[in-house]
Amino acid sequence: MQNKVNKLLVGAAVAVFWITVWALLSGRIGEEILLPSPAKVLETLWTMWGTAVFWRSVALSLLRILGGYIAAVLVGTLLAVLTTHCRPIHVLLSPLLHIVRAAPVASFIILAYVWICVQILPAFIAFLMVVPLVWANVCEGIENTDKKLLEVARVFRLGHRKTLSLIHLPSVRPYFIAACTTGLGFAWKSGIAAEVICNPANSIGKQLYSAKAYLETPEVFAWTVTVVLLSVLLERVLLYAVKRRKAVSV
Amino acid sequence: MSITLKNVSFAYGATRICENLRWDLPEAGVVCLWGPSGCGKTTLLSLLAELEKPQNGVIKYPSAHKVSMVFQEDRLLPWLTVQQNAALACNNATRVDALINAVGLADYADSLPDAISGGQQRRVALIRALAADSDLLLLDEPFTGLDEETKALVLPLIREAAQSRPVVLVTHIAEEAEALNATIIPLDRLPLTGNLTTR
Repeated sequence: MQNKVNKLLVGAAVAVFWITVWALLSGRIGEEILLPSPAKVLETLWTMWGTAVFWRSVALSLLRILGGYIAAVLVGTLLAVLTTHCRPIHVLLSPLLHIVRAAPVASFIILAYVWICVQILPAFIAFLMVVPLVWANVCEGIENTDKKLLEVARVFRLGHRKTLSLIHLPSVRPYFIAACTTGLGFAWKSGIAAEVICNPANSIGKQLYSAKAYLETPEVFAWTVTVVLLSVLLERVLLYAVKRRKAVSV
Repeated sequence: MSITLKNVSFAYGATRICENLRWDLPEAGVVCLWGPSGCGKTTLLSLLAELEKPQNGVIKYPSAHKVSMVFQEDRLLPWLTVQQNAALACNNATRVDALINAVGLADYADSLPDAISGGQQRRVALIRALAADSDLLLLDEPFTGLDEETKALVLPLIREAAQSRPVVLVTHIAEEAEALNATIIPLDRLPLTGNLTTR
């Protein structure tokens, strides 16, 4: 408990330090259009929170990006199972997945802009960024399953279902969770980037782009703060769900 | 019907482990494969456990047979408790609990393997194999890491198991075989060939 309080106090002190640096810099520059003060950003955020547009944009951005993310987790896992069990599929798909991992996200956003409807484009980009990550991590988890434990399953004739639930799934679990937590950040950032470039209606990215276009720097900051807060919140929710699931399974 | 090896041959690459090996296992009792390291004892257990397939010849088992084994390493599932590990191949909770009590692990039934000592982990591996209602029990250096006091707890359980099924014990310590009244099969040189004879 004492440890937790200490951690919180240190975190708060660090936050106060950086907000002070920001306030001092903003005061020194003296131009809200270049660097707005923390108070101005907070005021803008407060005003934004009272509008329907804000909540609609947040809800639809979340819906799009989380949709792409969930689909990517499912497809990535499925691909990992397929490619670890069938070498020809692995040979066929791995160059594709490596290209997706290596290419800059902006290239895909621009290409996808030409091909698909802007409303689903952020979901598609989030999907594309997360699939290779989940695929690679789950593959690694499957390949690193302890062969000696699998021999135990064979000798004791545990059968496919028990071997899957008692050996394969617990072995892959840490790799899967790592992919899910990293992937969530990836999905969120790439999805918002796609929204900024393609401007789908009712999206955080479109609001961010408009604020920039009209030189509303405090609003740009306020939307950025919103994006960061949502990212932290999503990660916390995911980690809480994982912890809860672990407690239930033990 | 007993378990029989008929002209079994097996090699790891260029190293021939056995050639035309023949062996009729007894219907019950402890048989000890006794010999120095690298004389094919563990490979013979792997063949009996069907972890390796003979390259020639066959191993005949009774139909619908079940094998249980204590490996050289404990091979416990790190995410399962002592109780869950012991019950891995046994649905009879009463029997598992009785075995856990018999080897002095009742206070650790809910502990994970990481939280108990090496000797305690070895006991879990032993009761996992004993709890499974198998037709053949394979023990590869089962007493490694156990003190005399703990061995005294485990030996009667193995003797009891050996009354109704063959138990194949691998060890290089003669006292362990003697303590189980085992029939000793000395192995000294590779490849193992012909009939496995007792001493």
